[in-house]
Amino acid sequence: MKSDKEKCLYCGACVGTCPKNAIYLEETRVVFDEERCVKCRLCVKVCPVGAISE
Amino acid sequence: MKEINCDVLVVGAGPAGSVTAWYAAKGGASVLLVEKRQEIGSPVRCGEGLSKYWLKDVGIPEDRRWIANEVDGARIFSPAGKAWIIDEKSAGNEVGYVIERDQFDKYLAQLAARAGAEIMLKTWVKGIIKKDGFVCGAVARHMGEDVRINAKIVVGADGYESQVGRWAGIDTSLKPNDIDTCIQYRMTGIECDRRFCDFYLGSVAPGGYIWVFPKNEDTANVGIGVQLSKIKNPGEVKQYLDRWIEKQPGIKKGKKIDMVAGAVSISQPLERTVDNGLMLVGDAARMIDPITGGGVSNGCKAGKVCGEVAAQAIEAKDCSAEFLQRYERGWRAILEEKQYRNWLAKEKLVTLSDDVFNEIIELLADTKLEKLNVYNLLKAVRAKFPDLVKEFEEML
Repeated sequence: MKSDKEKCLYCGACVGTCPKNAIYLEETRVVFDEERCVKCRLCVKVCPVGAISE
Repeated sequence: MKEINCDVLVVGAGPAGSVTAWYAAKGGASVLLVEKRQEIGSPVRCGEGLSKYWLKDVGIPEDRRWIANEVDGARIFSPAGKAWIIDEKSAGNEVGYVIERDQFDKYLAQLAARAGAEIMLKTWVKGIIKKDGFVCGAVARHMGEDVRINAKIVVGADGYESQVGRWAGIDTSLKPNDIDTCIQYRMTGIECDRRFCDFYLGSVAPGGYIWVFPKNEDTANVGIGVQLSKIKNPGEVKQYLDRWIEKQPGIKKGKKIDMVAGAVSISQPLERTVDNGLMLVGDAARMIDPITGGGVSNGCKAGKVCGEVAAQAIEAKDCSAEFLQRYERGWRAILEEKQYRNWLAKEKLVTLSDDVFNEIIELLADTKLEKLNVYNLLKAVRAKFPDLVKEFEEML
């Protein structure tokens, strides 16, 4: 998973939604833990601005 | 590594965290409130509509600095455009203010600081420290340095994206039907009625609603929440809002001066919010009202209990989960029943078609409810739609 920095508002919607705790929000950075990610794509859907893709 | 010692570490300086820090400090504990951002209250991730009846209970003085607009009531619009007006007379204390959330959050932090709490900004908690089955602190990143914070109690007030609870082994995960994804514009130069907070229901916002909360005569927060389980494509929630605005000439002509996004839980309460040396409060504890998606009042109410219990635990030198049950029992006594009831109602509301919304709102708009409460609402709806309220019979 990756987040488009030009769209991302750093709102944390993906972080709290991820069922595997595989996304972290640092102050100006969304970080994905690929090892934990199970590709459920909930973060893609919850992102209000459509900034997350595979 | 630099070390800091305190009795109570509160992670997150939103309303729930600041109220917790305030009451813990007031109760005599040494408190450190940490906030990952450089500014408390900013960016605002909130519709800023706030009821006011509860402020007194929590002891928060009403202050002009954070009140943008006092409203007379709310208007609930059906998909067909009929308005059900809930005014102060029928809603009792449920109506309130449109606030300046950034000012409100700073104001609460100030109350905490005046009570003696220390505050650290730009302090991002990376993990908690556990010893002998007790949470006893956290490691944080502050201005490019790691800091070890030793605490007898850690309070997770770290919002929707809470990590503290998960690190402590408390299951805070949410199902897609218990999440609303939201986006909001602050729009100026629009036509709005500053006397009312407006809500638009139905397929314009599946499983949620669109809100227009007026900050003044020509500026409002125009936002939307859509249930995550109803989202099909990336970025869809923004498309829902943009499409709706496009059809509102009075709003479309305005200009956007702010854009915020976020997600809220619309779930049942967590099964457990305490552990040895740990408490969760506010959005982190999934305390948001599942009907309105509002979390400030519940977070503050629980924060008062959380802070009081933290101070008592420090005084009693007992930070065990058993002692902290006082908090668990305390916040549940205030919030749990309503949250569960509203969650049930939400589960029903998200299934309704536009036609049913039209009929219900038409009915309620023309019904004189003596007092607005769930009982009277259900009774009114049952008269015409007995099937709809079947599952709520025990409340009638």
